[in-house]
Amino acid sequence: MEPSDIPPPRVEVGVLGWLKKNLFSPWYNALLTIVALVFVVFVVRAVLRWALFSARWEVVTINIKVFMIGRYPASEAWRVIASLGIVLVLAALTWLFRKAKGRPIRRWLVLAWIASFPVIGILLRGFGEDNPFMPRVSAEVWSGLLLTLVLAIVGIVASFPIGVLMALGRRSRLPIIRVLCTIYIETIRGVPLISVLFMSQLMLPLFLPPQIRLATVMRALVGITLFSSAYTAENVRGGLAAVPRGQYEAAQAVGLNKALMMILIVLPQALRNVIPAIVGQFTALFKDTTLVVIVGLLELLGIGKAVTGQKQFIGLHQEVYFFVAVLFFICCYLMSYGSRRLEKKLGVGER
Amino acid sequence: MMSEGIMEHSDTAEQIIQCREVHKWFGTFHVLRGVDLTVRKGEVIVICGPSGSGKSTFIRCINRLEEHQKGTIVVDGIELTNDLRNIHAIQREIGMVFQQFNLFPHLKVIDNVTLAPIWVRRWSKDRAVKIAEQLLERVGIPEQAQKYPGQLSGGQQQRLAIARALAMQPKIMLFDEPTSALDPEMIKEVLDVMVELAKSGMTMIVVTHEMGFAKQVADRIYFFDDGNIVEYNTPEEFFLKPREDRTKKFLSQILTH
Repeated sequence: MEPSDIPPPRVEVGVLGWLKKNLFSPWYNALLTIVALVFVVFVVRAVLRWALFSARWEVVTINIKVFMIGRYPASEAWRVIASLGIVLVLAALTWLFRKAKGRPIRRWLVLAWIASFPVIGILLRGFGEDNPFMPRVSAEVWSGLLLTLVLAIVGIVASFPIGVLMALGRRSRLPIIRVLCTIYIETIRGVPLISVLFMSQLMLPLFLPPQIRLATVMRALVGITLFSSAYTAENVRGGLAAVPRGQYEAAQAVGLNKALMMILIVLPQALRNVIPAIVGQFTALFKDTTLVVIVGLLELLGIGKAVTGQKQFIGLHQEVYFFVAVLFFICCYLMSYGSRRLEKKLGVGER
Repeated sequence: MMSEGIMEHSDTAEQIIQCREVHKWFGTFHVLRGVDLTVRKGEVIVICGPSGSGKSTFIRCINRLEEHQKGTIVVDGIELTNDLRNIHAIQREIGMVFQQFNLFPHLKVIDNVTLAPIWVRRWSKDRAVKIAEQLLERVGIPEQAQKYPGQLSGGQQQRLAIARALAMQPKIMLFDEPTSALDPEMIKEVLDVMVELAKSGMTMIVVTHEMGFAKQVADRIYFFDDGNIVEYNTPEEFFLKPREDRTKKFLSQILTH
């Protein structure tokens, strides 16, 4: 076809054109723009004035170590920093080799990530009571941001595989497995996290032999993991249902057995579809860790409350809660940012 | 003269698929009503018939995507039973091409082809990639190897599906209406690949209404209606002298539009 002689319609260009098109036309949008602007200016001015002139931030700066590691002994704080160092180094390496797909280094990194869990666990907990190098730090004193991160990360990492298995179990052709999984999922989803936490504190010792005494933190972790895995299972089930039947048939037709079909064909597609839902659920879990305060654990929010209880800082709630909120926001925002990146990366070539 | 030679050779060749009195029900609906069919090594069989006649269900029974409930199916000397080992052994020997392609959308073109050889046949990655590249060349899409299936045209996708099935080096290829979901201008490129495959000596069962393809390469055409074979014949005889009224009616419907 000949190129047309008619030029495309003129669009308004430049900053002014954009402003006019998006903010000031027609007249009621102009009105909304002005009202919103006044409101934003008002709020920002008030917050800034408070944050810069009247807030007493020394409650945060003096207590920063308390916020981070709580009652973890100060002499052993290097172990927390070392743990953080391990995670940062692994993250940096993963980022550096993000393009090296299929190279052996990637396999080593996966192994290193898996190994980092027990290593960090030992580092934080230490050995015997009187070990000169790394004396035992009882899990009972873990607190602050450290505790929040331990609860959230271990909860997420442990509940994900359990949730996937539960989702597969709920779709199983074997009635016993299907019924058991369904009962588990529906029961956990039917009760609040607080009651699951209480139950895990009180009931777990009954199931375990008397010589094993789990720390409160461990019992809370079990409760959080059980709770989160039921929700993961339902999200994953939704993703599984969205994988077309043809994919199962094609996998069978090329000779894959059931396990390979699930691992190589069905789960990758199902999980990709539910990344937003699962990350949303993990973000919620991260914030729900604040509930462990009811079983006597002092995570970030609980520590904040304890800080405001100190004599010299009485009445400084605003500063403390603002700081805690910012920390929570940073963590949650990083999670959802990561989720968007992952979605984009895995979405290549789809439809 | 030529066709006689082929028939004679076929008679002595090994029987690779034997179906005896195959029955299947969907609920109370009797889809397959005692189908008898024997295929010898290297034969190309075309199955046609009205929709709902059971032809797709029948070939899906041969590689156990559907379970037959009565009768016997023996593929390459192995009987299809509920024994998972038999089922997997048979599925490894049979390649299948679907109407809707059913490619793996999360894997690159090359990985679609190498997946089964690597995981099922336990080939090394290098060997699988080398053979996959040859197959992509054979079906005419070597330059698409690093793309995803969703970035290919319909005809290219179906050719990729053929390459994926061939990668397992199957003894038998099943085609379930391979051109029905394609735009008309893409049908030929897929049929060309199938004709080349047929001429290379592959044993094929093809459910299709592409009568040009049937005339060109089929050893026999089977006409299905109501869950059973109404008649079968060589292509020449089938088109020139159909015996049954139902066959005549069907042919007049598909050949005159």
